[in-house]
Amino acid sequence: MKYRFDDYEHILRMAGLFALGITAFFIFRAVMVPKDFGEYGHYRAGALADNANFQIQYAGRAACVDCHSEIQQQRAGGKHAGIGCESCHGPLAKHVADATAVVPQRPHNRDTCLRCHTSRPSKPAGFPQIVPADHAPEGACTECHQAHNPKI
Amino acid sequence: MRENRRQFLNHASKLLVLTAPAAAAWPYIRAERPQDAPGYKMDEHWWGMAIDIDKCIGCGTCVRGCKAENNVLLTPQTSRTWVERYLVDTDDMDHPRVDSPNAAYDGFPDPGPQPETVKTFYVPKLCNHCMHSPCVQVCPVGATFESPDGVVLVDKSYCLGCRYCVQACPYGCRYIDPRTKTVDKCSLCYHRITKGLTTACCEVCPTGARALGNLKDPKDPIHKFLRENNVLVLKPQMATGSKTWYKGLDGAVR
Repeated sequence: MKYRFDDYEHILRMAGLFALGITAFFIFRAVMVPKDFGEYGHYRAGALADNANFQIQYAGRAACVDCHSEIQQQRAGGKHAGIGCESCHGPLAKHVADATAVVPQRPHNRDTCLRCHTSRPSKPAGFPQIVPADHAPEGACTECHQAHNPKI
Repeated sequence: MRENRRQFLNHASKLLVLTAPAAAAWPYIRAERPQDAPGYKMDEHWWGMAIDIDKCIGCGTCVRGCKAENNVLLTPQTSRTWVERYLVDTDDMDHPRVDSPNAAYDGFPDPGPQPETVKTFYVPKLCNHCMHSPCVQVCPVGATFESPDGVVLVDKSYCLGCRYCVQACPYGCRYIDPRTKTVDKCSLCYHRITKGLTTACCEVCPTGARALGNLKDPKDPIHKFLRENNVLVLKPQMATGSKTWYKGLDGAVR
């Protein structure tokens, strides 16, 4: 049995090399892996904050009503009462922060209305639709209809 | 005296033993992630979405709203949400015609005259925020994950752009952003929902065809929606645990 271990120097050299490699791996790993990796799962916990820190563009209708309560009263009970203000007026978080920074779009052209109300076969039956060429093709919709509470 | 000393040591050692775990737990008790969203508690939220097909008019306002909110490129390939138009010939239900011109950013053109056997409707699509997401399972570096509040998010600083997840998503919800060469997808407006706002698409949808829901809030209307309607997720056979429920979903929808 003894002769097997007579010549073991090369094994020691290999073992040393392995130990060095494994140590290097653990040092590299400790340096490269962020501290918060694995706090919730196999990902960087800070990525949640990264995603949450994005800039908001649409302020939401509740912010609009703070100043424009008269429009809310105008809309109340009408068919457009459930529509978000920024659906037609564009993203306005900057306007909420500073009213002079961005002026809301006031779309009086037909295109804004026709985006929803152009007749298409795929639209749910019962949704009010018109054929633009047949329905007062000359004028703006707002000449007859109230955009905020669309009655004639 | 000896008794007192013994008692003292007894109590002191108990205190020592108990303070160690308390001290270790303190940072976790203090930290309410996401750290910078005051008042938002992750463990009180579990997000999902309810979509009512019978209300969708295919106007594309959700697509425009999403792109404006999330700074998404205006090409149809890079869309976090989009709307599909289905034209299903009832004589050949297995082969519906589906289109989504410019991801419905400009709405839909007239499909022209159709045979009487055709039924047609719109289907809004977005990331389904699955509970068992195939995209998360394949990511080799942990750059995409299901957050503790049920949103599938991307860590853009970690993403390699290897595209495994793009192929893994059965719903086609992921794409590579050509600006960053990393993957991009619907984040369910995580920056909005953690601050008490709804998603941009739900905010601007004129007919209320979409509704964000917090499934952990018993008062959230999504429970009524799920209880009172026949709802379905997309591709249920894939067992993705999708949290986007559709009311009035036709069997032809892929």
